[in-house]
Amino acid sequence: MSSTLDFARDTFKINPRYRLQWEDAQQCHVLLYPEGLVKLSGTAAEILGRCQQPTRAAELIAELQREYPAADTLADDVMEFLTHARQQEWIKRTED
Amino acid sequence: MTVKPPADKVSIPERAPVPLWLLAELTYACPLQCPYCSNPLELPKSRSSELTTEQWLDVMQQARKLGAVQLGFSGGEPLVRPDVELLVQEGSKMGFYCNLITSALGLTTERITALKNAGLNHLQISFQGSDQETNARFGGSDSFVHKLAMTKEVIRQGIPLGLNFVLHRHNIHQVADFLALADSLGAEFVELANTQYYAWAMHNREQLLPSRQQLQDAEAATNKFRDTSGSRMKVFFVAPDYYDDRPKKCSNGWGTTFITVTPDGDVLPCQSARIIPGLEFPNIRTQTLRDIWLDSTLFQRFRGTAWMQEPCASCPEKLIDLGGCRCQAFMLTGDAASTDPVCSLSPLHHVVTEITDAANAQASSQSSTPAQPLLFRNTSNARKLSAKKETSTS
Repeated sequence: MSSTLDFARDTFKINPRYRLQWEDAQQCHVLLYPEGLVKLSGTAAEILGRCQQPTRAAELIAELQREYPAADTLADDVMEFLTHARQQEWIKRTED
Repeated sequence: MTVKPPADKVSIPERAPVPLWLLAELTYACPLQCPYCSNPLELPKSRSSELTTEQWLDVMQQARKLGAVQLGFSGGEPLVRPDVELLVQEGSKMGFYCNLITSALGLTTERITALKNAGLNHLQISFQGSDQETNARFGGSDSFVHKLAMTKEVIRQGIPLGLNFVLHRHNIHQVADFLALADSLGAEFVELANTQYYAWAMHNREQLLPSRQQLQDAEAATNKFRDTSGSRMKVFFVAPDYYDDRPKKCSNGWGTTFITVTPDGDVLPCQSARIIPGLEFPNIRTQTLRDIWLDSTLFQRFRGTAWMQEPCASCPEKLIDLGGCRCQAFMLTGDAASTDPVCSLSPLHHVVTEITDAANAQASSQSSTPAQPLLFRNTSNARKLSAKKETSTS
């Protein structure tokens, strides 16, 4: 069994069991998994969209900060979301 | 200046619910004979009335346009149909997340490979017992060894797999064994689904409903597994709602989320809606899915809260459970628009407590012989039931 994803050290990406896609009928991104789905806010989709390829928390935050320089709580917000995403197993360590 | 929205955006009114789920009941045929089956008591005389592959593809396309994203293939046993692989392949291409709900009968290594190549996202295998004898007794088929082999093969080929264990009075004590089995096989998800009492299960309810003690023991065994096994397997425990004091929403709310299409093309808000008298059941051969979903009297009948009677109508909790299950309200009270009597606020709640009291009394008397034998789902028993019904109505 693998240990928990460590944001300071590990690369991670979307859990291969989950699928992120845009839904026209709902005008939002959804995350699909066995027998269920989560509708995502624009911000959540923006973050998860960048986890399709392996990434690290610091890289992800830096990339988003370049795109949204005025967002002053961005790092905290992203970490809060990633912690939730880890707990829900939407994201996984790349090597798992 | 007004901006006209593009044509494809005006077709659906803004507040119309989106049917996120399409449940395709491909066939009622099944090699098993489970006495708790939720399929109708009447078995079709032949399979000639089933929708064709082309008709299913058309239904799927229409559902996808309405916004459906989850697609479940079930039955009966969906693998009875040779076109499941093709339907999964086309469903995947349309953008559906495809789930196959099967007994594993009809599954082979080759079909697993074909399903995987077709893009199947999730496969669920049902078990009727945690050992060969119990599984054979309640499935009416000696399929345990095959189920184990297919479970291992699905995992080996890397399709996300869930196991479903349907619980009732005669196997609910096996929960700990079943969890250990599922874990040793490497399942990702397990659903411990207490029988819900519709159709064949309703007919056999007196023999199937566990006692409160049995239920508590099973929940305790489940919690113990979660707390002590160290397993990463996700376990869902679905309680029989007769022992709750609030009902469950009907399919997440009638006409809010689910579309079920029956083997012969009827379009329903839930699997068992056809038992409710006085409703017309639209069919996909004669109407579009969009018209049925948005405008049919069937889907409008119990959508929202306007149909509610007291005590639901003025209840502060009415949006939580939407008055519960309409089929259950009909079966237990004779009125599909009444409060689901599972609710302790229902004036007819005693109907449910009398049923659970009887189950508890039967368990405590240690009586091993039920009042009448379990009726297994097969053609011969379906004929007997239908003959009985005709005699009683003539």
